[in-house]
Amino acid sequence: MNPALRARNHPGYWAFLVHRVSGILLALYLPAHFWVLGLALHQVARLDAFLRWTDQPLVRAGEWGLVLLLAAHFTGGLRLLALEFLAWREWHKALAAVAAGVSLALALAFALAL
Amino acid sequence: MSTLKLRVWRGGPQGGAFQSFEVPRQASQSVLDVVTYVQRSIDPTLAYRFACRVGMCGSCAMTVNGVARWTCRTHVDRVCADGRLELAPLANLPVIRDLVTDMREFFDKWARARGRFEGRRTRRDDFERVAPDSEPRRQVDAAIECIGCGVCYSSCDVVAWNPDYLGPAALNRAWTLLRDVRDGARLERLRAVAGDAGCHSCHTHLSCSERCPKHISPTAGIAGLKRAAAAAALKGEL
Amino acid sequence: MSTRREALLWAAQRASAALLALCVVVHLATMIYAAHSGLGAAQILERTRGNVAWLGFYCVFLLAVVVHVPIGLRAVLSEWLGWRGAARDWLLAAFAAGLAWLGARAILGVFL
Repeated sequence: MNPALRARNHPGYWAFLVHRVSGILLALYLPAHFWVLGLALHQVARLDAFLRWTDQPLVRAGEWGLVLLLAAHFTGGLRLLALEFLAWREWHKALAAVAAGVSLALALAFALAL
Repeated sequence: MSTLKLRVWRGGPQGGAFQSFEVPRQASQSVLDVVTYVQRSIDPTLAYRFACRVGMCGSCAMTVNGVARWTCRTHVDRVCADGRLELAPLANLPVIRDLVTDMREFFDKWARARGRFEGRRTRRDDFERVAPDSEPRRQVDAAIECIGCGVCYSSCDVVAWNPDYLGPAALNRAWTLLRDVRDGARLERLRAVAGDAGCHSCHTHLSCSERCPKHISPTAGIAGLKRAAAAAALKGEL
Repeated sequence: MSTRREALLWAAQRASAALLALCVVVHLATMIYAAHSGLGAAQILERTRGNVAWLGFYCVFLLAVVVHVPIGLRAVLSEWLGWRGAARDWLLAAFAAGLAWLGARAILGVFL
């Protein structure tokens, strides 16, 4: 294994990395998301064209990715709130796994509807 | 007899490189045994630290196969399945020579976090009574056994990313003092540990808790400091 | 760097996170429901236009986002790009303002 990874290959670290990377990606996505929705104000035709574009399978897959990012950041955030505000317990390591599981479940729920 | 393929970082503040050695493999061999063998039988110029060699002092901490550990309490069998061992000085600290790091900034940060007890009573007062099963005392008990070995500091990425960050050990010690009902410097200590250089920069990687040889969780104490600092700030005390 | 400011930013980040947790549950549930029901854009807009309850909800959601995102990015900028100091904070304030403006337009477009 890559030496830099050896010391970092534990649940808490992966949870941090997923949380930070998902946060950055969501932060980059949000302005675009708001701008597109804002098209409904004055440029409905453009919005309609855009929404037709989102029917494409690749874009659908991207939407699923976004739901996964949001679910991952959300569950990871709940884990952090638990770690910072609740009394410290030994099951804190399990929280990372629970967060991962729930976020995947949420993303699947969305995906199965597609 | 089988041999161990050893690589040891040699060098100083200007830089260095790994040097290879072959060390006879023994049954029940610790990494400290290996380093000692090199220095006594192969290359007497190798610099490294140890003292008690029984897991009490923390002096022998170094990076073993990429992970910060106490070499006296690390069996070779546990860390090298394939007969290879790589030793380097502790990360996040300046190197003096070879495997020896300069621990001054580690302890300076301890002082900056106000990691010293400041009592309120004098010899003329009665003893302060601290119930051993009280919540504050139990929280102190969980964190008080730190011997300042530097493994957590060396394992923390925030220490690497933020040169001012006080680090898990210093913050953990501040936490034990914050929860010590006899201590009289609560607000001064909160001011010392809050902020960008302090507890608020901890991102709960949990590497410190994962690696601490005394099974302390500095993250738990740092979470407590965050809560205490926020409460004090909201009350206008900070 | 004021310790009081850092402590308050931390508190604001966690408070907005707690609020966002609730908002995100609602938002994800609605998105999953919309996907399941096969609702198209026109149908969604039919339901949202003039709906004061949803308008109020998304206003709260937006406020929490505008607090939470810049504070979160602040740590990333300082730790991964080495960017500290007043300039970083001014940029984040501008980003927050931009996000708030775009978000307000989105809410107006969808709910008014």
